[in-house]
Amino acid sequence: MLTKLHSNQRLQLVLGLVVGIAFGFLLQKGGVTSYDVILGQLLLTDFTVVKVMLSAVITGMIGVYALRSLGLARLHPKSGSIGSTVVGGLLFGVGFAVLGYCPGTISGAIGQGSLDALIGGTVGILLGSWLFATFSPKLQKPVLDKGDFGPVTLPEVLKVNPWAVVIPAAGLLTALLFALERFGW
Amino acid sequence: MEWLRMQQWSPYAVGIGIGVLSWVTFVLSDKPIGCSTAFARFSGMIERVFRGDKTLTKPYFKQYAPALTWDVMLVIGIVIGSFASALLSGQFQLTWVPQLWAATFGAAYVPRLLAAVIGGVFLGAGARWANGCTSGHGISGTLQLAMSSWIAALCFFAGGIVTAFLIFRVFGA
Repeated sequence: MLTKLHSNQRLQLVLGLVVGIAFGFLLQKGGVTSYDVILGQLLLTDFTVVKVMLSAVITGMIGVYALRSLGLARLHPKSGSIGSTVVGGLLFGVGFAVLGYCPGTISGAIGQGSLDALIGGTVGILLGSWLFATFSPKLQKPVLDKGDFGPVTLPEVLKVNPWAVVIPAAGLLTALLFALERFGW
Repeated sequence: MEWLRMQQWSPYAVGIGIGVLSWVTFVLSDKPIGCSTAFARFSGMIERVFRGDKTLTKPYFKQYAPALTWDVMLVIGIVIGSFASALLSGQFQLTWVPQLWAATFGAAYVPRLLAAVIGGVFLGAGARWANGCTSGHGISGTLQLAMSSWIAALCFFAGGIVTAFLIFRVFGA
């Protein structure tokens, strides 16, 4: 692993910016920085968001697991619990539909000139994040820690070699994309 | 370089591009792509303007310092990258109300802005509550096969689909 590069903080800030520029460019070219495309996905009339996400996941999964096997990368799975992941995920979903952007795509929407993203959505997200940052100590024990399952990955849960999950998962998700095309979505 | 000026690329090309970008961040930065932490850091920076260093004593901001970090730069980069893409394709345009919203609820911008603020509060709180968003959990976490991320992604879409149907098929019908 490139540990020397990882600890070069200044260079990392530049890398973050460069990756962000590439990510924003791709999101805009994919059309997913548009409210209409995101709502189209949630109303199940336009599957662009799912197509972008699943092809990113298939590509990323195979590559990152291969890089890990080569000793060039390590995983950073996030910890989760029912109280945090499920409750937070559903709250996020409500916001996703009402706002029509997510934290990444709203940044892209701002870049393409959507003022509802810049003036409405960003204010809301900052306020929501700040509220959570402020009140999270009170939520920790009664909600966030409930049903904790830790930072596990599916291969760890199934106690199998990672590739025994990566390969079938890649096949299954690819089949799902073919099915979406086949049925005209 | 005509492809840089295209209005839209195939969603598969875009997805593969994002997947390759995730290889780059894992190798060069030892980090998965994620966007919602940056918004929490920004909110801390704003609080700090008003409350000074007292902000830094909050447990959350001890863990996620309100500072210019890799993820903050990433979000700034997204704005720039999307701006460049939209400029090249001639899609850059200042708009207040998206088409679909206008067709259902009218072109007045106050209701749309109110909805965006309220939706944003849920989205921002939910992302931090779940410890990730559509990129951190939905793409970066699921590609690592993290259990938390698959559950989160399903909840994002379950909550989103039900709410979108309520807004457009029940209220807006």
